[in-house]
Amino acid sequence: MLNSISGAVLTGLVYGLMVLGVYITFRILKIPDLTVDGSIVLGMSVCAVLTNAGHPFLALLLATACGAIAGLVTGVLQTKVKVPAILSGILTMTGLYSVNLLIMSDNWHTSTPTLSLLGASTIYTKAVKLFPSLDTTFVKIIVTLIICAVAVVFVEMFFKTHLGLSIRATGDNEEMVRSTSIHSDAMKTIALSLANALVALSGALFAQYMGYSDVTAGSGTVVVGFASVIIGEALLLGKKDNLSLAFVGAILGSVVYRIIVAVAIQSEVFPSYFLKLVSVLIIVVALGIKPAKDAFAKAMNKKARISKSAVKPKASAKGAIKAISVVLAIIAVITLTVVFSKAPEENENSSDSVLTTQEEGGMYDSNKIITTQSTEAE
Amino acid sequence: MLKINNISKTFYPGTVNEKKALDGLSLELQDGDFATIIGSNGAGKSTLFNAIAGVWTTDSGEIYIDGENVTFAPETYRAKFVGRIFQDPMKGTSPSLTIEENLALAYSGGRKGFLRSAVSKKDRETFREVLAPLDMGLEDRLKVPMGTLSGGQRQAVTLIMATIVTPKLLLLDEHTAALDPLTAEKVLAITKQIVEERKITTLMITHNMANSLELGNRTILMDNGAIAIDLKGDERKNMTVPGLLELYRQVKGKALDNDRMLLSSE
Repeated sequence: MLNSISGAVLTGLVYGLMVLGVYITFRILKIPDLTVDGSIVLGMSVCAVLTNAGHPFLALLLATACGAIAGLVTGVLQTKVKVPAILSGILTMTGLYSVNLLIMSDNWHTSTPTLSLLGASTIYTKAVKLFPSLDTTFVKIIVTLIICAVAVVFVEMFFKTHLGLSIRATGDNEEMVRSTSIHSDAMKTIALSLANALVALSGALFAQYMGYSDVTAGSGTVVVGFASVIIGEALLLGKKDNLSLAFVGAILGSVVYRIIVAVAIQSEVFPSYFLKLVSVLIIVVALGIKPAKDAFAKAMNKKARISKSAVKPKASAKGAIKAISVVLAIIAVITLTVVFSKAPEENENSSDSVLTTQEEGGMYDSNKIITTQSTEAE
Repeated sequence: MLKINNISKTFYPGTVNEKKALDGLSLELQDGDFATIIGSNGAGKSTLFNAIAGVWTTDSGEIYIDGENVTFAPETYRAKFVGRIFQDPMKGTSPSLTIEENLALAYSGGRKGFLRSAVSKKDRETFREVLAPLDMGLEDRLKVPMGTLSGGQRQAVTLIMATIVTPKLLLLDEHTAALDPLTAEKVLAITKQIVEERKITTLMITHNMANSLELGNRTILMDNGAIAIDLKGDERKNMTVPGLLELYRQVKGKALDNDRMLLSSE
């Protein structure tokens, strides 16, 4: 258990930079940016190729730069081509799928969906070699923590500069920004670049830590990012206005998300392939709390006032709540039945290694993917 | 300071919704002029402001600010020397930024470089000094998010933001209309003080006839996308609110009669 928790902390920190990027677009710019699913793999692929070529540090830098370019493309699509915000992210993400396959392949005609970093020297192997007496996971955590801390300090300082303020104001009130002679289009593009640079750096760290890059590894990343942002905000207990704290909260949210997932999978609450559904539920519940509270308050208010005037309350509000809870209960029962009926099969092959690849990459068998992809290529 | 030459703007040309918002409007303001603009809804007052601020380019005509032809200049460029305040207090400030950060947006701009820390100690002193005359206690709440202030307070800060670097031209678009009467009076008094002290050339849209005569040195009545009456000097001094209303009715009445003639033939 302890082992899987420290593994979860490490994974959480690696993904923390991605969550930081998602925070910038989702909460500061207030645009849900779907480029993330593509740019994280872009970071992985660029990093994997360069690391295999023997440049682990350059790999991180260039991966970050490539992420920034991906963000730039989304920004230009949004502000110059006037593509709606969500669609422009989807377009870049989809386009990046081909770009990522191209980056990982060694020639124009075949695609390489997975690239292994087996035996290559990464910043993690270097750090472990530097401190041979210390626990490997501990060293890896420290290395990632340092990178995260540098990123958080940088982002915090950045958002206190005039440029940073202008970006924050653009997310807040675009009309006002334009009438203060700030180019709101440029601000959006810069923020998208910065966010995707962080996401790609996260992907690059992932590749060096896990030892592979996979073209499908990015699917659903943005949803995990949203969920982590929401968890981070919940942890800060309403101190959302404090921006410096919010960035730390993003990293923290990522770590806590991974710990929750690790614990849930270890204790067989749900199988690992349920991760994405659980992430979605976390987001829906978190976003649904306020509307539900409002509806409840309204219903209570009505009830109190109607009973005062001695009129029989109408069933509507009460009935709606009842109906919703019944539906939720049915969903819960179905989910649990499915989970528990499948659980024993899952148990037999749930050794640690299967757990980690499934947890990190999604729910595929990488060998199978290679074969299907290569037949596609032929 | 401001010279507008025969500008026109038609929205949705060639459709059933075609609307001639500005129709050959010309206007000249001298340095330090403070003109109030009145006119019914749809007369083109806000459209005139949008044209001056550069929200879009006019269909024809020229606009000069301080001798510079800005007819084709983008909004962000003109914003460097044109300050603008809207009716909606939510529009002029950024709610999640603090008071000092909002002021810094308007103040430190290109002056300090984009990558410098936006609020320095010296800036904070300046902000305290400019906020103190408002007498709202805001100078001690610099680190409070803008979103927690009342509409009147926000509009007052917006006014400070628009004038913290003295603009060549100030456009006030019914900036007190959404405030309660007492707050409106206060914001108007602050406006008057700042504009007169710094001799800022100003255009102010208002629906308050008394204000339109009390404030400034010119009163402009707009109708159908053009200037119908331009009162200044003695003529304005001797004008009363009932007199102005009578003028307004005469202008409007003519237009109404024309409309009626057009409509009745249908």
